[in-house]
Amino acid sequence: MELLGYIIEQTINGLQLGAVYALIALGYTMVYGVLRLINFAHGDIFMLGAFIAYFLITKFGMPIYLVFIITMLSTGLAGYLIEKIAYKPLRNAPKISLLITAVGVSLFLEYFLSLNAIFTPNYIAFPRPFEIKTYDAALFTVTNIQLLIFTVTFVSLFLVYLLVYRTKYGKAMRAVSYDREVASLMGIGIDGIISFTFIVGASLAGLGGILYGIAYPQINVFMGIMPGIKSFIAAVLGGIGIVHGAVLGGFIIGLLEVFVSAFISSTFRDGLIFIILLLVLILKPSGIFGKRIEKV
Amino acid sequence: MKLLEVINLEKSFGGVKAVDNMSFHIREGETLGIIGPNGAGKTTVFNLITGFYRPDKGVIKFSGKHITGVPPYKLSHLGISRTFQNMRLFSNLTVFENILSAVLTGKSYGLISALFRTNNYFSSEGKAEQRARGLIDFFGLSGKEDYPAESLPYGEQRKLELARALSTGPRLLLIDEPGAGMNPREVLDFVDTIKVIKDKHSLSIIIIEHQMKLVMGISDRIAVMDFGEKIMEGVPSEVKKDKKVIEAYLGEALE
Amino acid sequence: MRFFLESRKFLIVSAAAYILLKILFANNIISIYIQQITLFAFIVTIASLGLNVIYGYTGQFSLGHAAFYGIGAYTSAYLTKIFGIEGVFSFLPVLFISGVAAGFIGCLIGIPILRLRDDFLAIATLGFGTLVRVILDNSDRFTEVLGGSRGFVGITKIANLELTFFSALFIVLITKNLIYSRYGLFLRSIRDDELASTSIGINTSRMKLMAFSYGCMLAGIGGGLYAHLYTFLHPSNFDILKSIDFLIIVIIGGMGSIRGTIYASIIWVGFIEGLRIVLPVELLDLRWVVIPILLIALMMWKPYGLMAKK
Repeated sequence: MELLGYIIEQTINGLQLGAVYALIALGYTMVYGVLRLINFAHGDIFMLGAFIAYFLITKFGMPIYLVFIITMLSTGLAGYLIEKIAYKPLRNAPKISLLITAVGVSLFLEYFLSLNAIFTPNYIAFPRPFEIKTYDAALFTVTNIQLLIFTVTFVSLFLVYLLVYRTKYGKAMRAVSYDREVASLMGIGIDGIISFTFIVGASLAGLGGILYGIAYPQINVFMGIMPGIKSFIAAVLGGIGIVHGAVLGGFIIGLLEVFVSAFISSTFRDGLIFIILLLVLILKPSGIFGKRIEKV
Repeated sequence: MKLLEVINLEKSFGGVKAVDNMSFHIREGETLGIIGPNGAGKTTVFNLITGFYRPDKGVIKFSGKHITGVPPYKLSHLGISRTFQNMRLFSNLTVFENILSAVLTGKSYGLISALFRTNNYFSSEGKAEQRARGLIDFFGLSGKEDYPAESLPYGEQRKLELARALSTGPRLLLIDEPGAGMNPREVLDFVDTIKVIKDKHSLSIIIIEHQMKLVMGISDRIAVMDFGEKIMEGVPSEVKKDKKVIEAYLGEALE
Repeated sequence: MRFFLESRKFLIVSAAAYILLKILFANNIISIYIQQITLFAFIVTIASLGLNVIYGYTGQFSLGHAAFYGIGAYTSAYLTKIFGIEGVFSFLPVLFISGVAAGFIGCLIGIPILRLRDDFLAIATLGFGTLVRVILDNSDRFTEVLGGSRGFVGITKIANLELTFFSALFIVLITKNLIYSRYGLFLRSIRDDELASTSIGINTSRMKLMAFSYGCMLAGIGGGLYAHLYTFLHPSNFDILKSIDFLIIVIIGGMGSIRGTIYASIIWVGFIEGLRIVLPVELLDLRWVVIPILLIALMMWKPYGLMAKK
C-alpha cells in the first residue's frame, strides 16, 4: 500500500515537472515548425521568466496574478526582440549560421545576467508567493502548488490548442510550417506570423519559469540549460514541429526523470534522458507523432 | 544485349503513385529518350534506376545483374552515371576539381598512400590529373580549370556536369533535362557533343527532355510517360504521330 | 621521402620557429606562464584541426568536439597513472592509444548519427557531449582515481615544448596530406553536395565517418597532451562551452583552411589568455558576454559562411 502511495506521489511529481517541460517544449516545437530553427536561447527565456518574476515579487511586492501577466508579457517581448534583432537578419542564411547565432544569444543571456552587477552566478532563493497547503487524499498528498501548476498548465495548453487549431492565426502558423514560400504567396504575412510564434512560445516558456520558481525555489542564471535541453528532447520525442507531440513528450520526459531518480538513481537520470535523445534520433527522428520522411 | 532492363517498376509517395508498372529496356549503344508532361514521373524513374529511391515493386537489371536497391555510389562503379534536373555541381570547387573528383573515384591510391605520400600516390594522382585535363579539353573548358564552378555561364555549367558524369567512364549515362534554360544554338551544340561522345565512348544514353528538337534529334527510340505510366514507345517518327501522346501534351505544340 | 620534400617551406619555417622557441624557453626569457600558454596553443591547434576536418572540410556540424577532447584527456591520464609513465617516449604510445580511443568512440557514435541533417546532427552531438560530461562527473563510480566531480588530480607533467610542438607539426603534415589528396577532395565535394558526390561514386557514408573519426582522434590527442600539461582535469573543462571554443576557432580561421585554423588557434588562445593577464578580475567576467556578441556579429557579417578560398 505504501508503495502504491509512493508511486502515485512520484507520478504527481513527474507530471508537475512534465508540465513545465511541456510548456517549454511548445515554444521549441512551434518555432521549429515555422522556421526550422532550433532556438538554443529558448531555455534562457524560461530562466528569464523565473528571474523577472523574482524581481517583480521582491522589488515591487507584486501580487501573484499580476506577476504572471507581466512576466509572460515581458518574456513574450524578449522573444520578439531576439527574433527581430538576431534571427530575422539571417532568415535566408545557411542554417548553421542561425544555429551559431542562437548559441550566441543563449550564451549572452546567461553570462550577462551572471555578472556580479546584475544577478551574479549564485543560486538565489525564489520567494514563496503564498503559504503551502497540503491536501490529503487516501494514499497520497498533493500541495496547492502542484494544483496551481496543473491548473495553469492545463488552461494554457487548452488555449494553445484553440489558438493553433481554431483561429486563423493558428492556421497561418500551420501553413507557414508546411511551406513558407507558398504561404507567403497566399498572402500570409510571414514576418508577422513568425513574430507571433516567437511571442507565444516565449510567453509559455516564461510561464514555465514562474511555475518552476514556485515549485523548486532555487533559481540561477544557468538554470535554463538542462531544462532547455530536456524540453527540446521532449519536443523531438513527441515529434518536432508537432504541438501535441511537444506536450506528450514533455510529460513523458518529466515522468521518466522523476521515476528514474526515485527508483534507480539521480545520477543516471540525466544520462538516461540523453540516451533517449540518441535513440529517438537514430531510430525515428520524426518522433512519436511524426511521419517518416523518405530521403531523396 | 540488353544493357539495362526495368521491369514493372512501381513507386508511391504517401498514397500518390509516381511510377506505375513501368517497364522498358535499352541495348548497348542505344539512345533512349523519355518524354512526358511535367509530373509524369520521369525523374522518379531516374532516381529509381540510380539508387536514390527504392522501388516499392519491380526489378532493375544492369548487364543481366540485379541492381535493385544498390546504392548510388556502387552503381557509379558498375558503370551508371547521371546528371541532375536542377544541376548539382560542386559549386565551391573549381572546374578542374569537379572533374578530378569523379576521375579519382575509380581504382586509385589508398589512405595510407595519401597520408604518407608514397610513389603510388604521386603516379596515381598524375594519371588522374592527365585524364581530367583531357576531358576538360574535350568539352572546351580549357583555360577555365581554376575558375570556381559556379562562376561559369549556365551553358558551360551544364557541359561541366556532363563532363563530370563521363569522368567515371560509364557504360550508361542518364541525362535529366539538359535542355532546360538553353537557347537553340546551345541545344544544337549539345546534340553534336552527345553524338561525338556516343561514338567515342561507346555509350548508351537515356535522356529525359522536353525540347522535342533535342530528343528527336538524338534518340533511337522514345518512351512516353504520363501519370507514372508508359503510354507509348517507339521510334521518333511514330511517337510524333501517336494520338495518345498528342493528347497527353494537350495544348503543347509538338514541333 | 617525398613526404617531406613536398612540404619543404613549411618545415623550414617550423624549424626556425622551434629554434626560436627553444631559445626563449631554455633561458626563461619568457615566463613559465607564457610558456605554458604557448604549449596550450599548440594543443588547441591539434584539436581544432580535428574539428576543421569534420566541419570545415566535410560540413558536419558537431557541437560535441570537447567530449572527445575529454575522452583523450581522461584515457591518457588514467593510463599514465596506472602504468606509472613519466617520460616523453614512453608517453607516446599512450598518446596514440588515447587518440585511437577517442577516434573509435567517435566512429561508434558516428555510425548512427552522421546521417542526420545539420540541425539534428547538432543536437545529437550536443546530447552526446553532455552525456560524456555526465559520465565524467560520475567517473569516480567506475574508478576512484578518475575523480568524478572533484576532478582528476596528480597527473604527471610530461608535455614539454618538444612533445607538443612536434606532435602538432606531425599532425599538421598528416592532415595536410589528407586534405590535399583525393580524400580531401571527396570531403569537400560532400560538403558542397552530398547527393552529387554519391552519384559520381563517392561512398559518402564512409567518407563522413572517416572524417569524423579522424577529427575525434585529433581531439583525443589534443586532450591527452592537455592532461599532461595542466596535470589536473575537471569535467567542466569538457562541456559545451569548450566545444563552442573549438567551433569559433574553426569559423574564424575560415572553414576549410588548415593555415587559417592554425593562425586562429594561436590567436584565440592568445586572446583569451591574454585577456586574463591584461584585464582586472572584475572585467574578466565580461569576456563571455562580449564573445557571444562578437560571434553573433560575425554571423551577421558573413552569413553565407566563411568559406576560405583554397
